Amino acid sequence: MNFKDNKAIYLQIADRIGDQILSGSLTPDGKVPSVRELAAEIEVNANTVARTYDHLQQNGIIYTKRGLGYFVSPDAEEKIVASRREQLMRGEMDYFLGQLKAVGITPTELQQLYSDYLAK
Amino acid sequence: MFTINHLSFSYNKRNGDLFHDFSLELNAGNVYGLLGKNGAGKSTLIYLMTGLLAPQAGEVLMDSENVRHRLPKTMSDIFLVPEEFDMPRLTLKKYVSVNAPFYPRFSMEDMERYLEIFEMGGMMDVKLHALSMGQRKKVFMAFAFATNTRALIMDEPTNGLDIPSKSQFRKLVTTGMSDDKLMLISTHQVRDISDILDHVVIIDQSHVLLNTGMADVTSRIAFRPLREGDQPIFVLQSPFGPLGAVPARDGEETKVDLEMLFNATLQNPAAINQLFTTSK
Repeated sequence: MNFKDNKAIYLQIADRIGDQILSGSLTPDGKVPSVRELAAEIEVNANTVARTYDHLQQNGIIYTKRGLGYFVSPDAEEKIVASRREQLMRGEMDYFLGQLKAVGITPTELQQLYSDYLAK
Repeated sequence: MFTINHLSFSYNKRNGDLFHDFSLELNAGNVYGLLGKNGAGKSTLIYLMTGLLAPQAGEVLMDSENVRHRLPKTMSDIFLVPEEFDMPRLTLKKYVSVNAPFYPRFSMEDMERYLEIFEMGGMMDVKLHALSMGQRKKVFMAFAFATNTRALIMDEPTNGLDIPSKSQFRKLVTTGMSDDKLMLISTHQVRDISDILDHVVIIDQSHVLLNTGMADVTSRIAFRPLREGDQPIFVLQSPFGPLGAVPARDGEETKVDLEMLFNATLQNPAAINQLFTTSK
């Protein structure tokens, strides 16, 4: 797995698991790979992956069944969408809007672009 | 698992001590990265830890046994992969049958699995001296991991490995690691191993400049472009503006840049020390 430089690895792994839940390759109440399995697969220290799972558990994305491992929460998808929406609005959107302003794209143009994108 | 107590060592009295009153504790369940400049004493420390060199003062204990006594129970639980080594003129199968009996927890199944990871499956009948340098290293490392010793110590393990095998090496570590084991990787190739470490130890002869968990680094230092109000510990000029290692602010967490951490520690040990000794 390739990591970006700007974000702690355990959070990048959490994002990846979020992607898999959103794309449906991990399903509600479906089993998440064990810490060691995932660590070996993505070649990352097991304690880093354990930290990812702690983080996801705290956020209600996954839950644990004693002795059986981790599973996807039934409402994981809504929670991920909500938190990504918030992240987007707070961070990336701000940068993006700044760029639009810098090159002089008007609200009308933006609206047209987004409508066209959604229609694709 | 390892307790290094007040160790002093020199190769040659006239040149002074390489280690003087050096102490360090290493615990099971961790993958340690041992970093230091050329001549900082990394390899020497490894030979002292594996009982190959005798300290002039102090001791290295593994589970409270002095490694220098080289007791069978100690030696059968430590495996050293040195930077350079010779392989005998044997087939791999013969090599394993001669050497595996020294390691009670050796597993043939693991050996095959690790060879497979290195894309060297089905090579048990190959003659070791017919292999290339990199292939020998892979075979030797597959054997090292398959011994399942609790301590596995590697000196520059990724040197001489081609590009795909560096990733395979990381897979070997993350597959072979378990809570009762300790792995110590001494290296200059920090990019090869950054993501697989639990803990980083930076030494400079008698001094342990930094000995800390990677999670601790993440929470204390941010590695990123500098912003107004930062008080950087280390600054690196780049074409896109200055980057630096700065005390983490407002709960920010970035990916650890081991190279920058290493340079920051060597350049400004006092600031690093202060940052890691204040409680959070």
